Amino acid sequence: MENAIIKIRGLVKDYPMGVTYFRALKGINLDVQQGEFTGLVGPSGSGKTTLLNIIGALDNPTQGEVEVLGYQVDKLNHKQAARLRNENLGFIFQTYNLLPVYNVYENVEFPLLLLKKSADERKEAVIQALEWVGLMDKIKSRPAQLSGGECQRVAIARAMVKNPRIVLADEPTANLDAANSHHILQTMVKLNQELRTTFLFATHDDKVISYLRRAITLRDGMIAEDKIIQTT
Amino acid sequence: MIWFLLKGILRDRHRSLFPIIIVSLGVALTVLLYTWIMGIMSDMLDVSARFDTGHVKVVTPAYWEIESQVPNDLGLFKISKLQADIAARYPEYSWSPRIRYGGILDIPDEKGETRSQGPVMGLGLDLLSPGSKEVERLKIATSIMRGRMPAKAGEILITEEFARGLGVNIGETATLISATAAGGMAIQNFVVVGTVQFGLQNLDRGTMIADIRDIQYALDMEDACSELLGFQNDMVFDEADVQRIKDDFNGHWQNPVDKYAPMMLALTDQRGLGEYYAYIKSFAFIMVFIFIFAMSIVLWNTSLMSGIRRYGEIGVRLAIGESKGGIYKRMLLESVMIGVIGSVIGTAIGLLFAYYLQEVGLDISSMMRGSTMMIQSVVRAKLTPTSYYLGFIPGVIATTIGTAFSGVGVFKRQTATLFKELET
Repeated sequence: MENAIIKIRGLVKDYPMGVTYFRALKGINLDVQQGEFTGLVGPSGSGKTTLLNIIGALDNPTQGEVEVLGYQVDKLNHKQAARLRNENLGFIFQTYNLLPVYNVYENVEFPLLLLKKSADERKEAVIQALEWVGLMDKIKSRPAQLSGGECQRVAIARAMVKNPRIVLADEPTANLDAANSHHILQTMVKLNQELRTTFLFATHDDKVISYLRRAITLRDGMIAEDKIIQTT
Repeated sequence: MIWFLLKGILRDRHRSLFPIIIVSLGVALTVLLYTWIMGIMSDMLDVSARFDTGHVKVVTPAYWEIESQVPNDLGLFKISKLQADIAARYPEYSWSPRIRYGGILDIPDEKGETRSQGPVMGLGLDLLSPGSKEVERLKIATSIMRGRMPAKAGEILITEEFARGLGVNIGETATLISATAAGGMAIQNFVVVGTVQFGLQNLDRGTMIADIRDIQYALDMEDACSELLGFQNDMVFDEADVQRIKDDFNGHWQNPVDKYAPMMLALTDQRGLGEYYAYIKSFAFIMVFIFIFAMSIVLWNTSLMSGIRRYGEIGVRLAIGESKGGIYKRMLLESVMIGVIGSVIGTAIGLLFAYYLQEVGLDISSMMRGSTMMIQSVVRAKLTPTSYYLGFIPGVIATTIGTAFSGVGVFKRQTATLFKELET
């Protein structure tokens, strides 16, 4: 596990609750390799999103070490954490969270503007990302003109356009019907295979679980099961 | 990124419409008020200079001490030499002696008995010399209501309102009863050849205008005047230059122990005009400050509401990897754009109304009855180069300040809760 891009050792996360605290994660040890298609699964309140937050440099551990792409997450300040997310991580949310006043092209282009890419580089990357998710015909559409599945595909394109090493997805199919869920997941599997992007999900959706190649089950803040799933 | 932000502003009316309306209104009012006040103040200074104070005025200290009593016995004597000396020393100014006097204007009937009479304030100035600029300076020719300009000695103009009050017709005789410089009684007949109306309430009530030589003769003031007025040749008041020649003149001619030696006053030394002038100069700053303050409060509130509405968007941007400082900076950039857009619209609207008020003006004669202020009955706005950019100062600063205060909330945002927040 020397080549793991995510290394977690003895991770504890406490949230203050009045004079006491709530321990959301209780000594997590975990390694994730480049190119994995992995899910953090488990019931609500098991600590999936908390773990995803910490891996995504959105939150800090209370104890333990978390190393993402060589960066010690607990030692990053706000600006360094933002840079790590901006340059290396892609995020996919349950509710898409597209910018409503911008069209599909502009939503996908936005992360590249933050990376100060040139106009030519942006155009090339955005077109490629939209081709990956099959939305070239909706390039000028605004989010309000798209279906839920299409919105989530835009969100995937937005996450993938900067070619991140890791994509973190929190319940990405929770708002989608079965057909759209499968379409989205097939798109992500294809990207994972073609680009070797690591996908890490937080989910309790069976449809997502059925696509995972590794399922890490969390229960009460601890890893209850870490299972490699053989795919045909 | 700027183009990207601009597209967002233009498309998201919730984000931009209300702030742009507020900025436009504020800027339009700023421009309109500024041009309006500049119009009134500039007009007041200009009218005062032309009719009363000059850009500079030479008098004796003794005369100036009791100037309101028009003490012509304390005026300037041997003015031909004084005027020639001053003109040679300050060729960039033109110099005009004037005599101010008071008295009674009596209108006799065909038997020589008084038909009507009234108190008169008189102005003796150079009406008849071929090169005199006084007629043009006081716009006398264009102010004539009836009759014509005086063409020879003994002919006078009186104001239209005064003429109607006295019941005097063009061509009739009017007798000035006044006091000579030596303290004797002065009685002199004149022919009224025309009536004038300057649009200045305190002048139009009861003024008589005669050639200065007639008044010198009538008041026994040969080669003398009440005051010698100096005007910058381009007729634009230049405070620094006026101060320069005032200091030079007083250093050269004034004698602290001689109350009859000439001294020079600047326009701003007279009739409280210095305070008005200082007010004009500070007015823009006062007004800009008021509008910045008022609009900042409104726009602060607007930005807070916008921040709440864009809560999700800001969360996504934080998650994607935009730093809090970067988001704050881009919010400020957006507000500058909104400020500029609002300022362009507001300036255009303000200038449009200001132009209308400059061309048409507003008749305030009914408000000026009884006033001694030297101000035109029709006041107008005045467009100056400053009016084209002044509105941008409150427009851009207010939006930026409003956003700067409201945007601080970005720094309080906890990234740890973003996934949960963005699920809703």
